[in-house]
Amino acid sequence: MSDTAVADTRRLNSKPQDLTDAYGPPSNFLEIDIFNPQTVGVGRARFTTYEVRMRTNLPIFKLKESCVRRRYSDFEWLKNELERDSKIVVPPLPGKALKRQLPFRGDEGIFEESFIEERRQGLEQFINKIAGHPLAQNERCLHMFLQEEAIDRNYVPGKKQLNFSLEAGRQRLTKIFEYSSYTQGKSKSSHSKDGLATL
Amino acid sequence: MSFFGFGQSVDVDILLNDADSRRRAEHKTEDGKKDKYFLFYDGETVSGKVSLALKNPNKRLEHQGIKVEFIGQIELYYDRGNHHEFVSLVKDLARPGEVTQSQAFDFEFTHVEKPYESYTGQNVKLRYFLRATISRRLNDVVKEMDIVVHTLSTYPELNSSIKMEVGIEDCLHIEFEYNKSKYHLKDVIVGKIYFLLVRIKIKHMEIDIIKRETTGTGPNVYHENDTIAKYEIMDGAPVRGESIPIRLFLAGYELTPTMRDINKKFSVRYYLNLVLIDDEERRYFKQQEVVLWRKGDIVRKSMSHQAAIASQRFEGTTPLGEARTPGPLSDSGNRQ
Repeated sequence: MSDTAVADTRRLNSKPQDLTDAYGPPSNFLEIDIFNPQTVGVGRARFTTYEVRMRTNLPIFKLKESCVRRRYSDFEWLKNELERDSKIVVPPLPGKALKRQLPFRGDEGIFEESFIEERRQGLEQFINKIAGHPLAQNERCLHMFLQEEAIDRNYVPGKKQLNFSLEAGRQRLTKIFEYSSYTQGKSKSSHSKDGLATL
Repeated sequence: MSFFGFGQSVDVDILLNDADSRRRAEHKTEDGKKDKYFLFYDGETVSGKVSLALKNPNKRLEHQGIKVEFIGQIELYYDRGNHHEFVSLVKDLARPGEVTQSQAFDFEFTHVEKPYESYTGQNVKLRYFLRATISRRLNDVVKEMDIVVHTLSTYPELNSSIKMEVGIEDCLHIEFEYNKSKYHLKDVIVGKIYFLLVRIKIKHMEIDIIKRETTGTGPNVYHENDTIAKYEIMDGAPVRGESIPIRLFLAGYELTPTMRDINKKFSVRYYLNLVLIDDEERRYFKQQEVVLWRKGDIVRKSMSHQAAIASQRFEGTTPLGEARTPGPLSDSGNRQ
């Protein structure tokens, strides 16, 4: 039987989508807002805290809604923990603004409203980028930062395990990643041909 | 075509006997330009003449012998001095003597084996050429003529689809399917991506064709990856249960057949890379090798047969040739 000159380009058969899946809420909901900056303390001992509110339906987070207060140095702590323990390249934080902390400034220095707003935006970008990262979601420090009242700096660093498997029958595997634009050419993970593991 | 030799008192040309009837094929040169060369297949005879035209008819040309060679060689760019010849045939055309007038010498290389396809790549080149040489005491006169060789295959007996479930645990599970594992150069990749679990915010998905040229052996292996094509197949965020179709026409891209371990010197392999990009520009990808092969040209079937095949694909179209009589709307109105 000789072959035809016209290729068969018909779509492959696929299962029709369940309507509750099609119109239901997506499983990737994750929103973190940073707002309500408040400066506490007096004189030289002043510092600014920000409210970090998270709403999500990802099963890896114990609480579907959480609200904590954090200051800039808490964000720095999180960045350091992730840089040390995880394989991801952590995005930059907004600046430390040391110059603003010098005396004899004409303005309020780091308590200047415009500066706080700038910093708030930078922190919001930072935390959203990180919290959506599948490898970062594995780190206990992230969960403690987002969902526990206070950060215990003497905690034992480690990975977070899901309490239960949502997809019964699938084996647990190591997550393999490779990033390009996120790492800007430098990859912290060992080079792998695939960015997805075979189940 | 290169042309060496100085003090040219003679013009050398290589002409093929079947130059009128033989097809030419386009082939990329090392500097990226495209040129047309005579196309040969394995086993075909290469015959023609070497013609010598004396520039000054009164001046005789003394020589130490005239010969023509058919050569197939592999040249690694980082090792230009060493050409590896895997086909080398020679025919002596004239013993040492004199050429007193312009003349032509016939030659024939019968049923020449041409086991590999011509290839010009990033780090390696495989070429076939005829070389006519007039040996002289001080410097030879050499004329080369490149030809292009294509290796043909037939439809593979076994051509299973590629179907795999991959993912990142508890984050992203997909099942991808490509309808074949071996595609010819004018084929269409038909496939689909089925989303089983989506816990990341996907922005879009694309499929890339990657060519990997491997040169060298042992510890000196060097891979050169080149993304031949990037084709977006999905824009937007999918949810569980969605199927995204893939239809990628290969004829639009510059592809060669898969070449595996050619003369133990180099390989050219192709991979499909499925890439998902999330809203923070993180890339999740799965690479899969596909085998490409070159199909021989077939005689086209009659147009009506082709139209009949095409119409079977779409519900409601009338095959060409059927008489359509005008009638009340209810009759013809159901045609799409």
